[in-house]
Amino acid sequence: MLEVATFPTLADAAAAMDSASRYLGGGTLVMRAVNYGEDGISRIVRVTDPSLKEIRVEGGRVILGAGVTMAEVIAARDLEFLAPVARAVGGPAVRNMATIGGNLFAPHPYGDFAAALLALDGVAEMADGTRRPLADLFARREGLVRSVSIARPDREAFRFRKVSRVKPKGVSVMSISAWLPRSAGRLGQVRIAYGAMGPTPLRAAAVEQALEGRTLDLAGIQPALTLATEGLSPPDDALASAWYRREVAPVHLRRLLLGEDR
Amino acid sequence: MAKTPVTFTLNGAEAAVFVDPGGNLLDALRRGLGDLSPKWGCGQGTCGACTVLIDGAPHLACLMLAEAVEGRAVETAAGLADGPDLHALQTAFIEGFAAQCGYCTPGMLLAAKALLDRTPRPSREEVIEAISGNLCRCTGYEPIVEAILAASRGRAA
Repeated sequence: MLEVATFPTLADAAAAMDSASRYLGGGTLVMRAVNYGEDGISRIVRVTDPSLKEIRVEGGRVILGAGVTMAEVIAARDLEFLAPVARAVGGPAVRNMATIGGNLFAPHPYGDFAAALLALDGVAEMADGTRRPLADLFARREGLVRSVSIARPDREAFRFRKVSRVKPKGVSVMSISAWLPRSAGRLGQVRIAYGAMGPTPLRAAAVEQALEGRTLDLAGIQPALTLATEGLSPPDDALASAWYRREVAPVHLRRLLLGEDR
Repeated sequence: MAKTPVTFTLNGAEAAVFVDPGGNLLDALRRGLGDLSPKWGCGQGTCGACTVLIDGAPHLACLMLAEAVEGRAVETAAGLADGPDLHALQTAFIEGFAAQCGYCTPGMLLAAKALLDRTPRPSREEVIEAISGNLCRCTGYEPIVEAILAASRGRAA
């Protein structure tokens, strides 16, 4: 039999979590598991603290509360660069429910928003105040997240593309998020992350390296395109085979980097 | 395990219901309150048949923890008509043959209502986006899109 435990603060909830507890954010992952009678869930833990909904600009970074929904991202004036990413999640009803915190824990092929946060140098603040870079959180998905701090990119420096077979609402064959800072026309400190190209969002380290100091034109990005899936083992699933994902990744990467419509 | 009392407004009227721990809003509406208009389709957020409005915004009732709607305003398709007068969307759906088996229709109507309440004269693209979370296996969507556009123009399709 299930039990629901509601706490005023995230710290209280974190102290109450055990292996049979699931933390309820927007419900799109946890309630689905409950509806399907997933084994091992005996308690739903939820928190009423309104600070989990905060969106705050701090210098060159933005702090996003874990309870912020995709619809709230789209509506936030300071998050214009993330609106296209949030719009790529589910349909309107899902976007009114699904949270940033939940997306960090969403299993493949979900988690495109989390991949964008990874590309933007996301660092999670956990319930106990410790900070974990998102790559570290994805490698060991445990604990409760209070908020995520991300870089606020210059205009046009952040790009996102989701590839799906059904439009407007379809699950990812892959998504690519790219933060492309430039000075004097040269790329530097580039960060690129894939969604749906592995068990969690992953950075494309070889691509990032190959873009360092290059110009954002076909000649400049050519070496990076040949390394599009270097070091990655994309999955086979019902949407696409690993082979297909490898074949099309350089094409979608090129379109994203050069700002091509197709 | 003790049931939990939840109170909220349902289509403008006060509603109170006891829910099982971990129970979803769809069960509370259908079994607890007898409002059979929202449908159980997939139970996982894919089909949109259970779409209801919470504080005016579309939500999936099957994925909503029932006790999380405490104090909020819930709207279902059962509340669309005003007595014998159908809502403009309902009339447009009938006139435009936008319902065949009818299973997706309540969810479609509410997704469309949320759009028109916010954007009275939507573009075709906005209509398609608004119902993108609602599956229909009968109509091929065209009659539904046309009906919503017709309702937005203030006349049946």
